[in-house]
Amino acid sequence: MVKTYRPENLQEALRIRRETHAVPLAGGTDLMVRYRSWAGTLPKFPWPVLFINHLTELKTMGLREDGLHIGAGVTLSEIEREMEAPQALRAAVSEMAAPALRNLGTLAGNICNASPAGDAVCVLYALDAQVVLTSLSGARTVSVMDFITGPGRKDLNDDELMTDIIIPHANFSHVSYRKVGTRKANALSKMSFCALAKTKLGRIDDVRIAFGAVGPTVVRSWETEKKLLGMDADDLKDHLSAIHDDYDAMIHPIDDQRSTAVYRKQVSLNLLDQFLQNLVKEL
Amino acid sequence: MSTITFRLNEKNISLEADPASRLLDLLREDLGLSAVKEGCGEGECGACSVLKDGVLVNSCMVPVGTIEHCSIETLEGLRETDEGRCIIEAFADTGAVQCGFCTPGMVMASIALLRSNARPTLEEIKVALSGNLCRCTGYDMIIKGVQLAAERGDGIW
Repeated sequence: MVKTYRPENLQEALRIRRETHAVPLAGGTDLMVRYRSWAGTLPKFPWPVLFINHLTELKTMGLREDGLHIGAGVTLSEIEREMEAPQALRAAVSEMAAPALRNLGTLAGNICNASPAGDAVCVLYALDAQVVLTSLSGARTVSVMDFITGPGRKDLNDDELMTDIIIPHANFSHVSYRKVGTRKANALSKMSFCALAKTKLGRIDDVRIAFGAVGPTVVRSWETEKKLLGMDADDLKDHLSAIHDDYDAMIHPIDDQRSTAVYRKQVSLNLLDQFLQNLVKEL
Repeated sequence: MSTITFRLNEKNISLEADPASRLLDLLREDLGLSAVKEGCGEGECGACSVLKDGVLVNSCMVPVGTIEHCSIETLEGLRETDEGRCIIEAFADTGAVQCGFCTPGMVMASIALLRSNARPTLEEIKVALSGNLCRCTGYDMIIKGVQLAAERGDGIW
């Protein structure tokens, strides 16, 4: 029988985490599936479990000086309804799973699951989001892209809990988010795409482009984004095929039960082209 | 085993259970509430839907250790209320029930929707029921059932 802990507060949770290395469970929507067993029997968790979804310290969400803070216990439904949350994030969250699962699942859980197909993760890459990792010794802040190191792998020490997600302030005039799945609800992505841009006086002032489920981690290229900065409509038009080729060389999807590498790559590049062509028209 | 204290269908309850066990099993096996169905066991079908503190959740995803001090509502607690009767009668009148396996979950999802939005649009109904699978009706009659319940039940949610 697996040992479980239900701490009264965050401090106690951190102490239990340090002493037992119990694995945190917030919404349970990933862990309860991964370790499910026959009906009427216990889930087969291979380690002690730390319940954290009731901790009020993790339930806060709001704007602060450095951006929008989303507590690790905030559910996907709560983010979906949060008017201060970036449009692309709300769009991504509203297409994840279905309402009952969004009422349980958390953004922090989606990040900690570290799946290359995590829908919100693709958007968080584009938004330069950061996560706060807290232990009894203190807290450290790392970017989502440094936190996720590979499929299912993350930079989380066994005495730490993710306590907060920070989305830096930014405004975008062009927002595109697309999830490609087999059906509208309850589908895991074949691929996802998030592109954000801000234009100023007819030129690209800020641009971020991220592709999910087409590699071991989300694909984003600062080098190519830098090339796009400062371009006006004519520059961008002249560079469309070069930018396309840049990403073509970066995107290396795989065949699996959900889709094929060929399809994923084609859709990724189609969505990229569509975004850039729209941008040309609107610059 | 631990003592778990929570509110079930408006009654306080305290019992011994393994905190890692699923709320679904606690409700069906230990408490005999068989309206809660196990379809897929992985959050995909909605047959095990219940309300936890007023929001719709899949009880197969909920470890019992996380319901301490929470309020759980199942169809057994709602079917004799005005809300429950309104939806059940509307489902019967529109032919929304065929084999009936998905029905308790559909009713729970409908109650969750109508409580937060008494006059939902077609699209809002579709989204609210998007996590509940039905293999018989083709959904049209269920959607009509929710529309009829919204019409008849004005003011009770």
